[in-house]
Amino acid sequence: MMQKPFAITLDVGSSLANKTGSWRVERPVYVDRMPPCNDGCPAGENIQGWLYHAEEGDYEAAWRGLVEDNPLPAICGRVCYHPCETACNRAKLDEAVGIHGVERFLGDRAISQGWHVTVDRPPSGKRVLVVGSGPTGLSAAYHLALLGHAVTIYEAAPAPGGMMRYGIPKYRLPRDVLDAEIEAICSLGIRLELEHPVGDVVEEMQDGSYDAVFLALGAQLSKRAYIPAADSARILDALSFLASSEDGEPPRVGRRVVVYGGGNTAMDSARTAQRLGATEAVVVYRRTRAQMPAHPVEVEETLAEGVKMTWLSTISRVEDGKIVIEKMVLDETGFPQPTGEFETLEADTVVLALGQDTDMSAIAHMGDMSVRDGVLQVDDDMMTGHPGIFAGGDMVPAERTVTIGIGHGKKAAHSIDAWLRGERHATVARHELATFDRLNTWYYSDAPKTVQPELEGIRRRSTFDEVVGGLEADNALFEARRCLSCGNCFECDNCFGVCPDNAVVKLGPGLRYSFDYDYCKGCGMCVTECPCGAIVMEPERV
Amino acid sequence: MDDQQVKFYQVGSFAVGNRLLDGGKHTVQADRARSNSLTSGHRACQGCGEALGARYALDAAMRATEGRLIAANATGCLEVFSTPYPETSWQIPWLHSLFGNAPAIATGMAAALKVKGRSDIRVVSQAGDGGTVDIGFGCLSGMFERNDDVLFICYDNEAYMNTGVQRSGATPPAARTATTEAVGAEPGNVFGQGKNMPLLAVAHEIPYVATATVAELHDLERKVEKAMSFRGARYIHILVPCPLGWGSATSDTVRLARLACETGVFPLFEAENGEITATSKIRHQVPVEEYLRPQGRYKHLFTPTPRPEILKKIQQLADRNIARFGLLAGSDEAELVGAEGS
Ligand SMILES: Cc1ncc(C[n+]2csc(CCOP(=O)(O)OP(=O)(O)O)c2C)c(N)n1
Ligand code: SF4
Ligand SMILES: [Mg+2]
Repeated sequence: MMQKPFAITLDVGSSLANKTGSWRVERPVYVDRMPPCNDGCPAGENIQGWLYHAEEGDYEAAWRGLVEDNPLPAICGRVCYHPCETACNRAKLDEAVGIHGVERFLGDRAISQGWHVTVDRPPSGKRVLVVGSGPTGLSAAYHLALLGHAVTIYEAAPAPGGMMRYGIPKYRLPRDVLDAEIEAICSLGIRLELEHPVGDVVEEMQDGSYDAVFLALGAQLSKRAYIPAADSARILDALSFLASSEDGEPPRVGRRVVVYGGGNTAMDSARTAQRLGATEAVVVYRRTRAQMPAHPVEVEETLAEGVKMTWLSTISRVEDGKIVIEKMVLDETGFPQPTGEFETLEADTVVLALGQDTDMSAIAHMGDMSVRDGVLQVDDDMMTGHPGIFAGGDMVPAERTVTIGIGHGKKAAHSIDAWLRGERHATVARHELATFDRLNTWYYSDAPKTVQPELEGIRRRSTFDEVVGGLEADNALFEARRCLSCGNCFECDNCFGVCPDNAVVKLGPGLRYSFDYDYCKGCGMCVTECPCGAIVMEPERV
Repeated sequence: MDDQQVKFYQVGSFAVGNRLLDGGKHTVQADRARSNSLTSGHRACQGCGEALGARYALDAAMRATEGRLIAANATGCLEVFSTPYPETSWQIPWLHSLFGNAPAIATGMAAALKVKGRSDIRVVSQAGDGGTVDIGFGCLSGMFERNDDVLFICYDNEAYMNTGVQRSGATPPAARTATTEAVGAEPGNVFGQGKNMPLLAVAHEIPYVATATVAELHDLERKVEKAMSFRGARYIHILVPCPLGWGSATSDTVRLARLACETGVFPLFEAENGEITATSKIRHQVPVEEYLRPQGRYKHLFTPTPRPEILKKIQQLADRNIARFGLLAGSDEAELVGAEGS
């Protein structure tokens, strides 16, 4: 036996010998939750993920993360109605993160810096035809090209972009931005054939020996309504009105323009009419403001430009230089009913913006296609009833927005890729939602949203200059850093710090943390103090 | 980062670390190479605030002294859970003697170091609130009065926790302890008794006094580091919630410490040579009820009969702190205790 001082019988040892992990009845576990922004993004962007890079000022990495899902960030940052921001948890704290501003900044920066993606996959040897070069078709073409397929786009119009060019006015989407992002997609080796309308899909498929087809025809036919009109009355449909202000001679609209309808196209038509010289533009809509299908942001911007709105009214006839409208009331089901009260409004031109339909003639003869309520039916993989022919965007049942089209294009591309291999695209299970109550918001700095500079109303009424300005590098960074990183660890070291038992191991930059279950007693402090809700307690296995 | 200069960093300095800040602004606790003065395997209860506070404070002191630190420890939970013979959790030279004499032991250590000409080695003495405000008070007052070169840290969990939650001079009014049962017309600890140890330390006019909590890590570390920049007697009083004694969830320790500040119940301040020099502002003020309700030691204020009149008295105490220390933003001119003449 070793010699010990008086009254000492044991060697000094470290308490590390005492594995306090055995006390535990619950164990902390790191998780990733679905941030509400990602959950709300129709294009399936990993917004929290790319903001993480933007927070560090690594804009290129952020942009690369972004374009994994969406090849049109400069466009989406301008025209998307950003459901991500509607869902953003930060709105419950102060204001939602200005995601679209950062997205646009990244898209613009990619254009100015010439960042581009490359195809890493070997050629698959498969040929895919995409019909239509709107956001849906472009998105599908992009993802298909990245997956190694040879892609050709047929476009009926003389220039690509679909509704982004012929429906969305320049003051919302400058054409140099549109052209740059389309150009970047096409540079992946995609063949774009303009002025190539498709008469019969099956024939085109055979002629070009395509292995699969994606239809993204859009909805380009203006809906008409029967309105009694004098011969001399000037009535235009919104789509051709907007399209003709894009290419060719801008239409002469006179001094007073009435736009009939309550959607985004109606708003764009009224704003465009003012830019073409109308001194007064009036929107006539048969229901209330709250029921207008136009996005509230668009309605506000339209009103801010001095456009008048006459709600609860229908146009009953158009005469020379004026229209007669009938006042409506809502019945108990919220449906407008005529009152028999009439009014006249002066109008040199009436623009009808009553919705759009798809021209289905390319598939009209096919027995295995099913068109219901004016839209083409597709299955969960976006495949039509005809094997190998897929469809998406405005021509299938869904809300009609650029971003939804982009999401359809991506989804369809993956389905087509799987189908070409004789498989089905496996969807990954979605993580549980990172709801606001999961966050410990005490830790986040207080910071209001950076307001994007807006052109003063007066300048915006008379020109087609872009209305909403972009963020600069410093405020884009500021905006990105307002992100709470909901449900996803951003390496704040809180768990590593607050553990009274040193049972959290810090693995180093980008590698996050792990638990040392030898010593973790299961107090749960790391869970409570995690700002972003990325740790949960689970019952200990016994 | 290329072309920008912005001040906003997601969690700023509220969280323990922040990958967006450069290393110099990180806490000691964010450092993988922190000394872990109190290492794993100790026998503190789950969620122990005292174990956390001790590691926070001593790791900061270790960094400030570049590892040349000796600690004297009074009897209490901190001593008992860290050194059951023959194991120790201390990764610093550490000495325990008695419940009431930790300041005197530290005085002796400082004197011995002085004799040996080792002014580079610094002394910390630490105790619970009982060991500080009650039984150790005489020794501590003497240490202050002689201005011995010791940093004394009190880990205040507001009762004698190690022996089964008996009342101390730091137990707050209305709190239930084993010796202040929740019975009678005035259940729990009585109002109007006890000692305000941080202000007693200020009254000794020693070089440095500060209060801190385990919820404000940047603040705590800064204060420890600052304390180590002085010679002479220094005192830091750290609020360390105790899940067992307070009847709170083991996961709520940091949260309760935060609420103690945000309600005004526990004011954070610093004083130098008898003058209060700084106070921390409340960030999001909340009523005291939010702090009291999650704690079992205040349960009798809510069930079976709600006692709003007692809550009101506690709120008044918090409001008095807020006014006295100027705890609300924009209240810089508030009356500062310990300021000239008071
Ligand atoms: C002279 C003396 N009296 C009583 C005790 C028993 N005792 C040991 S620890 C303790 C209470 C310690 O309370 P506190 O200082 O607040 O530390 P805590 O355990 O709460 O951290 C008591 C009464 C003792 N060790 N020595
Ligand atoms: S705070 Fe960030 S992660 Fe959370 S919803 Fe908003 S943008 Fe997404
Ligand atoms: Mg105590």
